[in-house]
Amino acid sequence: MPPAMISPEHYLMLSLALFTIGVIGVLTRRNVIIILMSIELILNAVNINLVAFSRLWGDVNGQVFAIFIITDAAAEAAVGLGIILAFFRNRETLLADEMDLLKW
Amino acid sequence: MTPDKFLFAFFSALAVASAVMMVTRRNIVHGAVYLITTLLATAGIFLQLDAEFLFVVQIILYVGGIMVLFVFVIMLVNLDVSMRLVQFNHQRFVAGTLALILGAQVFLAFRLGRGVLPHPAQLALSPKNTEAVGDALFTHYMLPFEIASILLLVAMIGAVVMAKRRV
Repeated sequence: MPPAMISPEHYLMLSLALFTIGVIGVLTRRNVIIILMSIELILNAVNINLVAFSRLWGDVNGQVFAIFIITDAAAEAAVGLGIILAFFRNRETLLADEMDLLKW
Repeated sequence: MTPDKFLFAFFSALAVASAVMMVTRRNIVHGAVYLITTLLATAGIFLQLDAEFLFVVQIILYVGGIMVLFVFVIMLVNLDVSMRLVQFNHQRFVAGTLALILGAQVFLAFRLGRGVLPHPAQLALSPKNTEAVGDALFTHYMLPFEIASILLLVAMIGAVVMAKRRV
């Protein structure tokens, strides 16, 4: 197996770029489904970090944590999409700023 | 340019470009397809990092499972109304600037700490990646593994209750 030639900083930068794009998506979009997809993007950026450091230290623990994060992402997507379906049935909209049932 | 660097540049450019497209698209279906491209590019990066098991998990579970769920829900809701409205919310400029400042701060921290991390050492991972992951998962991480299964069960019940018409 040839040693990897790419320094960990490169992976950190890639992960940072994806993370920032995800944060921008969560904070600026109105559509709830896009917001959920941006959260998936953020979790994915975290996974890149974990796997990069797992490779750096030659230790498999980071990959195990990445698997747990993917599990969490699946659970979050299932519940979040269920909430979106229920909300859409009640209000006929997908926009986050119209979700004001608890405000008066 | 070595093949390693070329592959890394290709996959990371693909991932970042489709992430930008995902966040800016008006049509959610296009956004979902771009997110799938990002996830596949990330899977390529996992493969380059010698994480073969995660590469397969990423494709089967993320792209084949979670994204199909997303597309399925997109098909169930009505797209036409929300597509004609403004796509970004009122605080978009403040929020975008703050997010960019956050990114710049972390970038600066990475730049200042450059050289602290060792160059990818010759600490090779075990060549039997799947075996090593399974070994860690079923011995050292047994309790978190069981908790994750309970979490999935709770999420499954929650999703069914949420999506039901009459509880």
